[in-house]
Amino acid sequence: MEKQTVKKSRHHRRKQTGWMFIAPFGILFIFVFIIPIIYSIYISLFQNKLVGGQVFVGLANYKKLLTDGDFWDGVKRVMLYTIIQVPVMLIISQALALGLDSLRLHGTKFIRIVAFLPYGVPAIVSTLMWGFMLGTKYGLFKNINSFFGTDLNPFSPRWTLVSIAIMATWTYVGYNMLIFYSSLKTIPSDLYESAEMDGASRWAIVRYIKLPALKGSLVVTIIFSIIGSFQLFNEPTILSKMVGNSGITNYYTPNIYVYNLAFTGSQQGYAAALAIVMAIITIAIAYVVQIKGLKDTMKQSEEG
Amino acid sequence: MKRSEKKLYTIDNPKKSNLLTFFAFLFCIYTLLPYVWLFINATKTQKDFASTFGLSFGSEFALFDNIRQVFTYHDGIFVRWLGNSLLYTVISAFVSTLLAALAGYALAKLKFSGKRLVLLIILGSISVPGIALAIPQFLLFSKMGITNTVWSVFIPSFVSPFGVYLMWIFSGQAVPTGLLEAAEIDGSGPWRTFFKISLPLLSPALVTVFLFAFVPVWNNFFLPLIMLKNSDLYPLTLGLYQWNLANSSAGGNGEMIQNLVLTGALLTILPLIIAFLCLQKYWQSGLSLGAEKG
Repeated sequence: MEKQTVKKSRHHRRKQTGWMFIAPFGILFIFVFIIPIIYSIYISLFQNKLVGGQVFVGLANYKKLLTDGDFWDGVKRVMLYTIIQVPVMLIISQALALGLDSLRLHGTKFIRIVAFLPYGVPAIVSTLMWGFMLGTKYGLFKNINSFFGTDLNPFSPRWTLVSIAIMATWTYVGYNMLIFYSSLKTIPSDLYESAEMDGASRWAIVRYIKLPALKGSLVVTIIFSIIGSFQLFNEPTILSKMVGNSGITNYYTPNIYVYNLAFTGSQQGYAAALAIVMAIITIAIAYVVQIKGLKDTMKQSEEG
Repeated sequence: MKRSEKKLYTIDNPKKSNLLTFFAFLFCIYTLLPYVWLFINATKTQKDFASTFGLSFGSEFALFDNIRQVFTYHDGIFVRWLGNSLLYTVISAFVSTLLAALAGYALAKLKFSGKRLVLLIILGSISVPGIALAIPQFLLFSKMGITNTVWSVFIPSFVSPFGVYLMWIFSGQAVPTGLLEAAEIDGSGPWRTFFKISLPLLSPALVTVFLFAFVPVWNNFFLPLIMLKNSDLYPLTLGLYQWNLANSSAGGNGEMIQNLVLTGALLTILPLIIAFLCLQKYWQSGLSLGAEKG
C-alpha cells in the first residue's frame, strides 16, 4: 500500500516536470504566437474612423476585402509566381540531388557546398547583388544593351517578377537540394544491389527507387516553398527602392499591401483581416498538398 | 568497391559523366556569379563602380580603402550595426536552442498529460505566415512600450517552433529510454538526468538547432523593419537597407555611397560563408530530419 503511493507520487511528480520543461518555451510561445493570433482576429473586427477612433464594425473588413481589387491583384501575382517558381526550383533541386547521389559528377562535394551557400545570404544582400549585377544602370544589361543596341530591362514591370523568381530560386535551390540529397542517402544500399542484379538500368533505378523515395521530402519542400513565396516581401520591397519604374506598387504582393496598410496607412484592423485571410489561404493550400502527398504515399504502399 | 575487380564501374563507383558535370557546372556559374560580382565591385571606388564593366576590376584596387570607409562612415555606425547583429543573433540563437532543447526533450522523452495537444499546436504553428503575427505583435509590444527596444527583436526570436520540432526528433533518436530509466532507478531527478546525461548526448543536435536558429535571425529584415525606428539599434541588414535608400534618394546632388553598400554587403555575408564551410555536417543532419517527417 505504502509502496503504491510512493510510486504514484513519483509518477505524479514526473507529470509535473514534463510541464516544467515545456514552460519556458510555452510561456513565450503563448506570448508571441497564441495571443497575437487571437488579438489579430479581435482587431480585424474594428476600423479606425476619423471621428470616434476605433469602432467595432463586425465583419465589415472581411466584406471589404472581397471586392478589394488591389488585394486580389497581389494574391493573383503571388499565386502565378508560386505556380511557376516553386516547380522550377524543386525540379532543379531534385535534378541536382539525383546528380550528386549518382556519383557521376566531378566535384560532388564542391557543388554541394556551393549550392547551399546562398541560403545564408540575407535578402538585402542578395537583392543588392542581383539588382545591381543585372540592372540597366550599372549592371550587365547596360553592357548587353549598349553592345546589341537593345533596350532590355530585367526590372521593367513586365520582367520584374521573373527577376525576383531568379533571385529567390538562387537563395533556396541548394537548401532544397540538400533535403532531397539527405533522403536519397537513407535508401538502403541493398536495394540498389538487388536492382543491379535484376539488370535494372540507371533510369529504372531513378524512376522506381529514387523518385518514389523523394516523395516525403517533396511534400515538405512544396509546403515550405508555398508558404515562403506567398509571403514574398523582402526582395520586391528592397528592389522597389533600388530601381525606378519596376512596376512594384505598394500592393504588389499581399504582404507588401498589408505592411503598407498597417504601418503607413494606420488601417490596422483592415490589414489584420487581410493577413488572416492570407494565412487561411496559405494553410489551406499546405493542408491540401499534405493530404495529397499522404494519399499518394498510401496508394503507393498498397500497390507495392 | 568489392566488385570493382569484376567490373570497373559499379553503382558504388560509376563512370563519371561529362555531360552531367557540364550541367552542374552551368549551375555553379549561376550560384557563384553574384559573389564574384560582389567581390569585384567591392574592390572599386565609387567612380569606377559607376563607369567600369561589372565583371572586370576597376582602375584601382580600393577594397581596403572601402573597408576602412565602411568602418568609419557616420562615426562608425557600421561597427555598431555589426555589434547589434552579433548580439541579437548569438543571444537569440542560444536562448531559443536551450528552450527548444527543454521542450523537444520533454515531448519526446517525458510522460505528461496534454503532450499530444502541445505537440500538435507547436507543429501547426510552423506553417503560420509571419505577417499574420507581425501586426498584432507590433501592436502588443507598442502597448507594453517595448517597440524600438532590443526586446522587440529578442522576444519573437527566442521562440523557434522548428527548433522544438528538430529537438523532438533528435531526442527520440539520440537518447535511449533505458538509460533514463536506469538513471531514475539510481535516484537521479529529471533535471539532473537532463543536464548530466541527455544534454551531452544531444550536443551534436544542439549545434544543428543553434545554426538553424542563427541564420534566420542574422538575416532577419522584416521584424526589425517593423519594430525599430532608432538606427542605433539596427542590425546589419536594416543598416545596409538604410545606406542603400540614401543612394536612391540622393539622386543627382547627394553623396553616392554604393561602394560602401557593396563592401558592407560583402562584410555581412563573409562570417556566414565561413561558418557554413566549417560546420557543413551539422546542416546535413538537420536537413535530413526535414526530409524524414511530413
